[in-house]
Amino acid sequence: MTLAAGTLPWFARHELLLAWRDFAAMLTRGRKGRLWGFAIGGLLVYALLHLIAWYTIRPWQLGGMVADKQTLVLVSGMGLLFWAVTLSQALESVTRVYYARADLDLILSSPTSPQRIFAVRAAAVAITTWVLGALLISPLVTVLAIIAGPAWLGAYLVLAGLAALSVAIALAVTLLLFRLVGPRQTRFIAQIIAAIIGAGFIIGIQAVAILSHEGFSRLSVFQSEDVIAAAPEPSSLVWLPAHAAMGDFPAATLVAATGLAILAGVIALTAPSYGRLATAATGLSHIRGQRRRSRAAFRPTTQHQALRRKEWRLLQRDPWLLSQTLMQILYLVPPALLIWVNYGAGSGAFIVVVPVLVMACGQLAGGLAWLAISGEDAHDLVATAPLPRGTVLRAKVEAVLVIIAIVLAPILVFIGLADLRMALVTGLCAGLSAAAATAIQLWFRVTARRSMFRRRQVASRAATLSEAFSSIMWAGTGALLAAGSSVALLPALIALAVLGVARLVAPKSPI
Amino acid sequence: MSSPALALRGLTKAFDRPVVENIDLTIARGEFYALLGPNGAGKTTILRMVAGLLKPDAGAISIFGIDALADPVAAKQVTAWVSDEPMVYDRLTPLEYLDFVAGLWQVEPRRAAAVANELIDWLGLRPHANELCGGFSKGMLQKVALAGALVHDPQLIILDEPLTGLDAGSARQVKDVLLDKVRSGVTVIMTTHILEVAERMAQRIGVIAGGRLVAEGTLAELRQRIGRETTLEEIFLDLVSQQGAAP
Repeated sequence: MTLAAGTLPWFARHELLLAWRDFAAMLTRGRKGRLWGFAIGGLLVYALLHLIAWYTIRPWQLGGMVADKQTLVLVSGMGLLFWAVTLSQALESVTRVYYARADLDLILSSPTSPQRIFAVRAAAVAITTWVLGALLISPLVTVLAIIAGPAWLGAYLVLAGLAALSVAIALAVTLLLFRLVGPRQTRFIAQIIAAIIGAGFIIGIQAVAILSHEGFSRLSVFQSEDVIAAAPEPSSLVWLPAHAAMGDFPAATLVAATGLAILAGVIALTAPSYGRLATAATGLSHIRGQRRRSRAAFRPTTQHQALRRKEWRLLQRDPWLLSQTLMQILYLVPPALLIWVNYGAGSGAFIVVVPVLVMACGQLAGGLAWLAISGEDAHDLVATAPLPRGTVLRAKVEAVLVIIAIVLAPILVFIGLADLRMALVTGLCAGLSAAAATAIQLWFRVTARRSMFRRRQVASRAATLSEAFSSIMWAGTGALLAAGSSVALLPALIALAVLGVARLVAPKSPI
Repeated sequence: MSSPALALRGLTKAFDRPVVENIDLTIARGEFYALLGPNGAGKTTILRMVAGLLKPDAGAISIFGIDALADPVAAKQVTAWVSDEPMVYDRLTPLEYLDFVAGLWQVEPRRAAAVANELIDWLGLRPHANELCGGFSKGMLQKVALAGALVHDPQLIILDEPLTGLDAGSARQVKDVLLDKVRSGVTVIMTTHILEVAERMAQRIGVIAGGRLVAEGTLAELRQRIGRETTLEEIFLDLVSQQGAAP
């Protein structure tokens, strides 16, 4: 079928083609055979998720599914958690609509209306958000539709409404940021807001649970008797999305229609400014750079010190690091509260705190190590400098580990005041976790620009998986050591095995 | 007799196919040498091997008599590399960048500060000396990279397409800096697709095609070789077409 050039469907087809090729390239990395492997592997995992969903939902169905206040609070709470993550993802995607440079010069310099491409790209973000959400909830929905009737398929409509509402809010927030802080800062601030929304809600309810002594679980707030008692009656309109998600088909249609109508309205309102804002965002390289007080001291320095100083200076000015550090600090709020609430009441709380800290250190070290070791913007300069490669790598590793030590030290002192043994366990396991993550990034190092950071996980899945498994295992070791269990050796041995496997599968080092 | 600035013997490199084959080349101290060739001829691969960025499959590289494969650190101490894509840090200012480069090459700090400031002025970067490089144009980035290459006072400067994408003013500044360096005894090797630049600036010219050095000499010697009084462009096209590797 031939579509008229420049029309909405024509742009939609163009976007679909690009999206599919990006997706295929990400999965296959140039080898088409891998696509089949991913398809078969994906189907197997999908089937397994259905099986798990069946065994999770069956007892609930056998007990009789009633839309009482307790169930409505739980479903709404879980929905809010899910929606917070959806909103965070939508905010990230919407900024890319404004800042992706690849073909915007071509499109904006053509006689086509930029409003059309904006409408298509905003809709594409909504559809992608819906598809990803649908994939996640589909095992539950399919099982519910089989055992409790097809009305449960209405959950997909609720999800469509929520995805549309997320994108609408993300568009409005982005436009507001453009007005308030300008194109240079909008993307960065939007990333921080996305991180806070994504993590903040989950962390917030965890903190509430801890402060009200309900425990550490994210869902305990929604099962609290006080919350249920204070909640509106089941007939209240507040529960409309929950009723919709639980198989009330007219309610689901209403939620979807409302979300889509809001999105359409926001697109219509924001589209006219798209051309102007996207031009401002993509033309940032022509805007005069930010002035800084010169810190080029030309002091006597060794090559080692010069490299470390450069790494620290760049890390200090890295927006990713700032948002990531903020995230790590947010994630540390609940364990810190747990220590505070349980201070002096024995060391039970540390069993929860230690693995969180160990895991956080491993993850932060992995990101920092990638930025320092692989994300070298002037690779040729460093490679042609008169110093052995080992010196360069040692300086970069030191730069990373020193930052981890600085971040961890005050927390360790705080824990040490309460329980010295726990501080030692935390320090040891966090150090091992950070060192392991750094080693993995060293073995899997590549030549890349720092701006490629977001794609690092796609570039080497082996490195990403090894880093995650290693951090989890060191966290497990920390938790078991904190509990005084002799089984602590087992996760430590597994972590070492993960490192061994990573070393084996890592590519040979380039020159 | 002093060693030449650069001597390549039997230099060979293959990726999925041979890219550089058995190159022999000698460049004297204080010489401006232009390496020409069609796209994919192997020019950049040769220069990256000389700069220590690629390991040759076979052959020898001698820089001022230093075996660059046996003692790369000593060879790098006297060499500077400038690629066509200026590699500088978005979040460092030009002065901070030069401070870092001076640290890597262990330039005495007072001298480094003086040379850095001189280069900043010379290349017209003074108004932007304390701005982050992230917002710079290609021409400004190339000038920062060139300043980085010069701050440690190298004796051999290797440049891969340094004038690509530069405006007339920036290109002129870069050319003036290079000629000045050659006058002070520094050796410059440069690849370029702008044949007028090679014609006007280089003392000797080498033509690479299909990974081989197909001709070498002064402009007069190259004219003599093809047997007519003509431009470098005509000579280049003639030599390359003889090799069956049309540009």
